[in-house]
Amino acid sequence: MTAVVALIAGLLFGIGLLLSGMTNPANVVAFLDVTGVWRPSLAYTMAGAVVVALPAFTLIRRRGRSLRGRPIRPIDRTRMDSPLLLGSAMFGIGWGLSGICPGPALILLTTGDPRAWVFFAGLVLGMLLPRRLAPTR
Amino acid sequence: MTVETIPAWQSLVGGALIGTGAAALRLFNGEIAGISGIVDSILHRTAGDQAWRVAFVAGLLLPVAVLGSGPVNWQARPAALAVAGILVGYGTRLGSGCTSGHGVCGIANLSLRSLTATVTFVGVAAITVAVCRWLGGQ
Repeated sequence: MTAVVALIAGLLFGIGLLLSGMTNPANVVAFLDVTGVWRPSLAYTMAGAVVVALPAFTLIRRRGRSLRGRPIRPIDRTRMDSPLLLGSAMFGIGWGLSGICPGPALILLTTGDPRAWVFFAGLVLGMLLPRRLAPTR
Repeated sequence: MTVETIPAWQSLVGGALIGTGAAALRLFNGEIAGISGIVDSILHRTAGDQAWRVAFVAGLLLPVAVLGSGPVNWQARPAALAVAGILVGYGTRLGSGCTSGHGVCGIANLSLRSLTATVTFVGVAAITVAVCRWLGGQ
């Protein structure tokens, strides 16, 4: 059942990314390009997602477990530390250079374009690198 | 640069579908639809149930496999894409999340930590695009 829910969640996520055009790196860079021809599409996409997800996240946070009774892992919502800021800044540089974040990186693999595999190989390598600064998990 | 004009309704509906997927995973499984975390957990074979993570990725890939990707305009050469990939992979793990985990789920969870991360990566990405534009003389 957990896997069925995840499959459906992934399907909705994948359709949403395609429909919003956020799998095309040009559309992402067009949002980030504040000194050029700026396009708001990514902001609309993120706003639509947050507005729909907000009630569900609020409900589960208050319940402390899922609707099927699964316990949720506690999430720190306030801690600010250097790994958070440094990691997010590094991600920002990579995202700005390429216009690709992890979800679209997976989806672009299906195009068979070698550039998608080059980016994904880098992403996997980056994830497998030892993390001296990162909290152990 | 090729830029499609995407109607606002299309972005909003696309976003709402993403939000519905994130909500479903949270409501029924209690999990976070953070794609960098899901990929990282699969790579590192993190303890616990991996089946849902693999199922989520399969679901993510099914629509594009059936419908096709639509236009894809690459914004960087292969060498830059390799460097960008490493930065995205390392940075999202160090920062504990990406556009989906912090940007959608974290903000929907009213997390100041995720809001800070999102403002940081969007801001730094915008600066990166501006610097590339300036270096490229466009």
